[in-house]
Amino acid sequence: MQVTRYVLYDILKSKVILAYTLFLFLVSFSLFQLEEDGGKAILSLLTIVLLVTPLISMVFSTIHYYNSYEFMELMLSQPLGRTRILLSEYAGAALSLLAAFLLGVGIPILFFAADSTGFALLFTGTALTLIFTSIAFLAAVCSRDKARGIGIALLIWFYFALIYDGLLMMLLFSFSDYPMEKFTLLLSALNPVDLARIFIMLQLDVKCPHGLYWCCLPGFLWQHCWHRVYSRHYANLDIHSPISGSTSL
Amino acid sequence: MIRIEQLNKKFKKLEALNGINAVFNNGEVVALIGPNGSGKTTLIKSLLGLVRPDSGIIEVNGMPVSNEPGYRSQIGYMPQIGRYPDNMKVGQLFRMMEDIRPCQHGKPDTELLDAFQLTSIFEKPMRTLSGGTRQKVSAALAFYFDPAILVLDEPTAGLDPLSAELLKRKILQEKKKNKLILITSHILSDLDDLITHILYIQEGQLQFLKSLQELRKQTGEEKISRIIAYLMQKYSGEQNEKSNLAISNDGSIIIK
Repeated sequence: MQVTRYVLYDILKSKVILAYTLFLFLVSFSLFQLEEDGGKAILSLLTIVLLVTPLISMVFSTIHYYNSYEFMELMLSQPLGRTRILLSEYAGAALSLLAAFLLGVGIPILFFAADSTGFALLFTGTALTLIFTSIAFLAAVCSRDKARGIGIALLIWFYFALIYDGLLMMLLFSFSDYPMEKFTLLLSALNPVDLARIFIMLQLDVKCPHGLYWCCLPGFLWQHCWHRVYSRHYANLDIHSPISGSTSL
Repeated sequence: MIRIEQLNKKFKKLEALNGINAVFNNGEVVALIGPNGSGKTTLIKSLLGLVRPDSGIIEVNGMPVSNEPGYRSQIGYMPQIGRYPDNMKVGQLFRMMEDIRPCQHGKPDTELLDAFQLTSIFEKPMRTLSGGTRQKVSAALAFYFDPAILVLDEPTAGLDPLSAELLKRKILQEKKKNKLILITSHILSDLDDLITHILYIQEGQLQFLKSLQELRKQTGEEKISRIIAYLMQKYSGEQNEKSNLAISNDGSIIIK
């Protein structure tokens, strides 16, 4: 715990977190001001949260890890275990990013959209921050070189935020004659950004009061949501849907 | 007391440590001597758990090094190159160390802190310090918790003559308290009245660990630099006949 305190102190001194909080606050506040409809504002906010939260979490955590190399070296010659030191570093980075997110996005949501959708958005943002901070630490541990570490982190972000969806779409279109739904469900469950997006979409569409509970049943959720995506897709393109006959959906 | 048994460490192809066996007892001041890259620092780092050996056992006061980090509370370590968080101030550094590592005897040992007048730069961030001042901070930190074992990696390198003298006096003082002190140094004249034993290591292999009296008898020399020169010549002469470098009898290096 003491070590975490010093990590937090070091982070708060650098003001990056403060800037991040302000940015999130301004963006979400102005979105709620611009949009009349709360649901639309949440949707726009979702896009920003899905892109920005992972990006900042990854870049900040990687840089933080490399900057605290000396600190960790110093701690290692003291009577402290390696796991404890690394966990303190993670806790420091994750806690400060979380605080920034919850203040920056949480306060406007409390004022303008304090309903289940708003809280679902906060929940997904929290989960994304924690997930991408861990991935960033993994990327940083893999390489001694700072530039390479940050490069790897950015590449992972690109992959999850942009490339993955593109690949999935490509797969979907090139194999559209085959019953691919189960397979693509499985594939998109492997991407935390997709999971978060679908979770919020469900909230917006269904207004389900047990949203959190649903998330614990990913299989059901996937089927449900991909059914929607599919039916919309095929309705727009006016083709015979290969899954329309499927009784499982 | 430190016991090392069959210690091996490889960095990719390089054999940094190769089957090291050694026992260091309390009250001994052991000089770890060997050419650059012979494995001295690797040996020290594996003692501290900073480097994980491939095989072998290290015990510090009967506790194996591998499982628990608790044994490190008995070790004060002064690294060769002290690296500290850039933004941290000198005073903060000491306060933080006190916070995470409770003093064993109640009050910290601030003798070196005062001798080096580090309290006057307590408000300076670590990044603004010169190399020598950093060394002073490292030294003061190593002695701060009054540990039973002191590990000093090149303690006097980079220190000005006065500070080096102060540090040597402190080491002598700790030696009288029946502590175990390990020193690596290339400045052999600094070691003269400090050490009781010499460990000589070359290419990861321990060549000998003998008391100073024994070595004096064996070589017939009085000064450490002479003793080492004699032995280095013997060992490197045996191993590397082709080398065109040799050590003359007065300890200086000559080119054949």
